[in-house]
Amino acid sequence: MVQTQPKPAEPGWFTRIAHPGMFMGWSRHLVLPLSVVTALAFAVGLYFTFFASPADYQMGDTVRMMYVHVPSAWLSQFCYAVMFCSAIGTLVWRHPMADVSQKAAVPLGAAFTALALFTGSMWGRPTWGTFWEWDGRMTSTLVLLFIYLGLIALWRAFDDQLKAARIVAVLTLVGAINIPIIKFSVDWWQTLHQPASVFRTDGPTVDGSILVPLLVMTLAFSLLFLTLHLVRMRTEITKRRIRSLELAQARAGEGA
Amino acid sequence: MKAMGAIIVRDLRLGLRQGGDLLTLVLFFVIVGVLMPFAVGPDRPLLAQLAPAVIWVAALLAQLLFNERLFRGDFDDGSLAVFRHATIPLEMVVAAKLVAHWLLTGLPLIAAMPILALMLGLDGQGFWLAVCSLALGTPALAAFGAIGAAVTVGLKRGGLVAPVLVLPLSLPVLIFGAGAFDLARLGGSSQALLLLGALSLLSVTLAPFAAALALRISGE
Amino acid sequence: MINEGLSRMPETGLGVSALALSRGGRDILAGLSFSLEAGTALMLRGPNGAGKSTLLMALAGLLNPDAGQIDHAGIDPEAPKYGHLHYVAHAPATKSGLSVAENLKFWVDLLAGTPVDIEAALSEAGLGDLGSIDAGLLSAGQTRRLALARLIAIRRPLWLLDEPTSALDTAGAAWVGALISNHLRQGGLAVIATHLDIAVDGNVKTLALGGQIQ
Repeated sequence: MVQTQPKPAEPGWFTRIAHPGMFMGWSRHLVLPLSVVTALAFAVGLYFTFFASPADYQMGDTVRMMYVHVPSAWLSQFCYAVMFCSAIGTLVWRHPMADVSQKAAVPLGAAFTALALFTGSMWGRPTWGTFWEWDGRMTSTLVLLFIYLGLIALWRAFDDQLKAARIVAVLTLVGAINIPIIKFSVDWWQTLHQPASVFRTDGPTVDGSILVPLLVMTLAFSLLFLTLHLVRMRTEITKRRIRSLELAQARAGEGA
Repeated sequence: MKAMGAIIVRDLRLGLRQGGDLLTLVLFFVIVGVLMPFAVGPDRPLLAQLAPAVIWVAALLAQLLFNERLFRGDFDDGSLAVFRHATIPLEMVVAAKLVAHWLLTGLPLIAAMPILALMLGLDGQGFWLAVCSLALGTPALAAFGAIGAAVTVGLKRGGLVAPVLVLPLSLPVLIFGAGAFDLARLGGSSQALLLLGALSLLSVTLAPFAAALALRISGE
Repeated sequence: MINEGLSRMPETGLGVSALALSRGGRDILAGLSFSLEAGTALMLRGPNGAGKSTLLMALAGLLNPDAGQIDHAGIDPEAPKYGHLHYVAHAPATKSGLSVAENLKFWVDLLAGTPVDIEAALSEAGLGDLGSIDAGLLSAGQTRRLALARLIAIRRPLWLLDEPTSALDTAGAAWVGALISNHLRQGGLAVIATHLDIAVDGNVKTLALGGQIQ
């Protein structure tokens, strides 16, 4: 006997946490506290960055750029991980919150990647002499930016956002397999053309006085991502609600 | 099996009978390849050095142009719905179409490559390397193109977004494909060719799954 | 008729319970239930947008329901998942660039395990002497006949037809009716969405789908 599978029912606790209506309810109380904690974390981090960490003997004060560059680079990848998990949520459970989470994360990922590229470029200028160098890590980050921007373009090309979420999810999964391959191929390309290692973008050896500010800034950036992601998800849900209301209004009006 | 063979034969027939496309593909490939000497100047040693890169970029762009034809026609005229009710799963249908697509867009490029090799001054060893790398790499290009085509098949302006999605994915193919030539200068290009072959194998095996999923979603 | 004298179709049935469908985020149907036994045809009537095509797509396995269940009874579990049904929609799925016979032969290779007399099936469909001409040159009515020819060439118990008589004249529509009647006589099932009445001999039920669900 062949049965067409309907959408499976979500488990109870999952629904309670993740149902859009309930999500709007409990997330509302989180936005302000999260923003405050993020601001505090940045305050502490920036203090460390500018006042309480040593300048590098080689690079001088520009090493402080690392405290923005490293966290943004890390976040650009973490963001993709969030998108990857959301994509699985969309494809396996068709959960509307997974759709929203995906859509909210993409521009943030693009922004952090762009920030990583920008700060990397600024940091590299004094050392390389140019604003851009075909360093393995920078190149991989550039390709990641293209992938994020491509996903944004794909989201916008769809009229039906529900279908868009599932298609983008497929591509996100494909990207997840491809990104390690791209990284490997870029590194291979790098060693092919420039056997001498040029520049370690994670900076000088990490020692205590540098580790703490780095961790604080990483925490600050992660909190920033969390806050922004939450806010964007709320905005997206609100947008969809407005759209449904408009749709209902249009249908109530036509042929009346 | 018979069904897969039937699909390959049908796609080949359609591709060859509406033959203008084949000519366009080869023409585009050659024209893009020939742009480089115009842009750079007729400096023979320089052209010979750039030749692998030019050939690969031209191949990449030419494939991009024709990726949409893989699923768009079947999507629009309802054939995709018939495929869903075939005796073989959609993944195998996609795999068969991928084979036909490579025969129609990969093989002609390999056949047309000698023209570019001649004009760009590629030497004897370079020529064979070009044949091998294109032969090993164009299946991967077709596979990534298929994913891009499947993901954008339902979109009105899908043809514009697909290249942007496919190009970053295809970057490793370009790197290994063109890299084979640089390695040859250093002594052995087999590593690049092996990597290229592995990438093709992997992408051709996995792409039908991703593409079939995207096609199912698009068909709703 | 080509299939007369052949054994009856395998005993199958179709059951739908509490089905809810949506497309593009809009709810189309809710709470639909019906069941169909072998030898019965279900006519789907209703205005545009009522959900006839959407229901057919869901029955064909092309669309997942939001709620409820569709049971295809009597199917061989070893067989390909949707190998027991034909879905013929608005789009005829014929390819210009291939001849009429090549089109049908392709469907046979794709959908049937066994060899089939293409010529005979084409004559059945009223396209007897058109086998070698390019399918792109056919008129709308002839294209429709070619699309329906696969129902004749490949035997499958469940037929899901969306406006099968579109582009056909009265004779053509009568032919479609006869085709369906014969199918029912052999124990097949059919669900047909149609604006017009189709004369079918046999056990025919009608389902009228209302306007859009608010």
